[in-house]
Amino acid sequence: MTVLIPKLPLAHGIDEALDWLTLHGAFITRAFSHFVSILIDSLVHGLLWLPPWLLIVAVALLAWRTAGWRVALFSLLGLLLLWNLRLWSATVETFTLVLISTMLAIAIGLPLGIAAALSRRTSQTVMPILDFMQTMPAFVYLIPAIPFFGLGAVSASVATVIFATPPTIRLTALGIRQVPADLVEAADAFGSTRRQKLFKVQLPMAVPTIMAGINQTIMLSLSMVVIAAMIGAGGLGGKVWQAIQRLEPGKGFEAGIAIVILAMILDRVTQRIGRKPPIKTAK
Amino acid sequence: MQKIRIEHLSKIFGPHPEQALRQLDEGVDNAEIRKTGHAVGVADVSFDVEEGELLVIMGLSGSGKSTLLRCLNRLNTPSRGSIFIDGEDITRFDREQLLNLRRRKISMVFQHFALFPQRSVADNAAYGLEVQGVDPVERRARAVEALELVGLDGWEDAWPSQLSGGMQQRVGLARALAVKSDILLMDEAFSALDPLIRRDMQQELASLQRRMKKTIVFITHDLDEALQIGDRIVLMKDGRVVQIGTPEEILNKPADAYVERFVANVDMSRVLTARSVMGRARALAFPQDGPRTVLHKMTEGSDTSMLVIERDHTLVGTVTLDALDKAVSEGRQSIADLIQRDAPTIGPDVPLTEIINLMAVWPYRLPVVDEDRKLLGVVTRPRVIQALAQNSTTKTTAEAAPTSAAA
Repeated sequence: MTVLIPKLPLAHGIDEALDWLTLHGAFITRAFSHFVSILIDSLVHGLLWLPPWLLIVAVALLAWRTAGWRVALFSLLGLLLLWNLRLWSATVETFTLVLISTMLAIAIGLPLGIAAALSRRTSQTVMPILDFMQTMPAFVYLIPAIPFFGLGAVSASVATVIFATPPTIRLTALGIRQVPADLVEAADAFGSTRRQKLFKVQLPMAVPTIMAGINQTIMLSLSMVVIAAMIGAGGLGGKVWQAIQRLEPGKGFEAGIAIVILAMILDRVTQRIGRKPPIKTAK
Repeated sequence: MQKIRIEHLSKIFGPHPEQALRQLDEGVDNAEIRKTGHAVGVADVSFDVEEGELLVIMGLSGSGKSTLLRCLNRLNTPSRGSIFIDGEDITRFDREQLLNLRRRKISMVFQHFALFPQRSVADNAAYGLEVQGVDPVERRARAVEALELVGLDGWEDAWPSQLSGGMQQRVGLARALAVKSDILLMDEAFSALDPLIRRDMQQELASLQRRMKKTIVFITHDLDEALQIGDRIVLMKDGRVVQIGTPEEILNKPADAYVERFVANVDMSRVLTARSVMGRARALAFPQDGPRTVLHKMTEGSDTSMLVIERDHTLVGTVTLDALDKAVSEGRQSIADLIQRDAPTIGPDVPLTEIINLMAVWPYRLPVVDEDRKLLGVVTRPRVIQALAQNSTTKTTAEAAPTSAAA
């Protein structure tokens, strides 16, 4: 049976809207892009200016402080391997991209998550948008990102932020909602203002859940680096992308393993930060 | 002086409280109102709380006692009626006034302690002060002071999770005491503790109360607890007040079958006092009586001992039948040197449990005397047994009552 209803011009509409936005909004996004790319470049240069061994030792120490000696040892050996494989600068680029994206995601996600936890209406508006952001294939974001932010790392990080922010928002909201009702009541009963209640009771108690959200955001950002390489983001993703185009499985695996090592270090370290139980002993 | 005055207070939960209030006025019962999607929390409650009084609100779960308590610091917003605290109607307070009320005048202790787990014991105790903006040094000092009051000195830097339930609730109490508010709201504060600890806490609260003279509104579902600590008891059912009175009044004159049922489960031996079981001393001897006279009086009373008093009813002591018999056979003229002047006596507020213990070692009549050793009455074994038996008859009738009502 032939379909008689004409196809809705959805794609056309979206294109039109994006064109309009590009025309009238691109100067803002381009300025933003300029600023972020300077930030990324200087961070990458700064980190590369340091001798790799120093950075490796610093990371290992951080891992030891937060996550124990096993993770520290793993970080040390893993990063030495990356250095040896001549993937150091690519690793630093990827790390920087993840760092910037995660910071942007937290800057957006934390306030939104708090707002969603405190207001039912905000939550009802935000949650469906989050579903959309998370389920839309990440590639699709790359296409409009280019006219707004240009080819390269900034577009990649913007697409990454869109894809990776939802867990931070969701788990921040969840963490605050999960604060037991009687604690919230106690805060009220002693005359806390809304702000005091939020900062003295709700947020401190939500920290472990929020950290779990941030951890997921970091992992999602890392998973975007290969995709982002398609618009010239460089880094370890770039190496993988190169290997795909040149059919070099060995190089592909090298870069892939590097991503896995980086992911594991970031995961173990950030997982522990929020969960450190406060232990003080009474006399 | 009245500290809190509650006038025609109602609290309805649901989308259209006015509609439910109207139904309530028309006498529609709670179950019917529930069908409209509204729940009656408190229905037209009025009573006063005196300054320095420990008032217990008691009722089963769902009786509206917690809802009522939360109206007093506006954690619940009343649907109708007024609450005056120190003469000010707090139902009309704006945000600012409300914060002040909660910060300075009323503090609260919670059933499950509601301690902040990420704060140390001292920081928990200092929470109210922190919210008020008291500087860190002073608030630490006042928190430590409050912790000392509840017997937790030395635990300032521990975490709540390191403490036992009883100790955690002491922290909860210290948090409420640290702000030095006049009014303390205690929401089933001891219900989550095991019975022995609960008894301790009740005694401790009583001794704190003797020193601090706060106005305390205490909620419980446990009548034993209510009788133990309450100056007065407000009994609630279905959001309404069923009876208000002193523990004795509630026990002796239950307002209806509901209260009676409650009272029936009380361990009477802990609640009844010498005053409520004592009888009038019918036969009494005077120090100048001769042994034969006393023996004669005794046959009227048919007992094995007799109390000796002065004309002004001051107790002198006890004479026993054996001693009298001996004195008669020896031909003595006066009982003066037969009187056991150090025989045990009891005060009017001594509980029945203690009386029973005493009776095990002292088989004679027990005089009840006031502080000036004036004789108020006498407790005998038959009277004790009668008092305990009476309670068990109340129990059976109370259990029978709802059945007949249902039929």
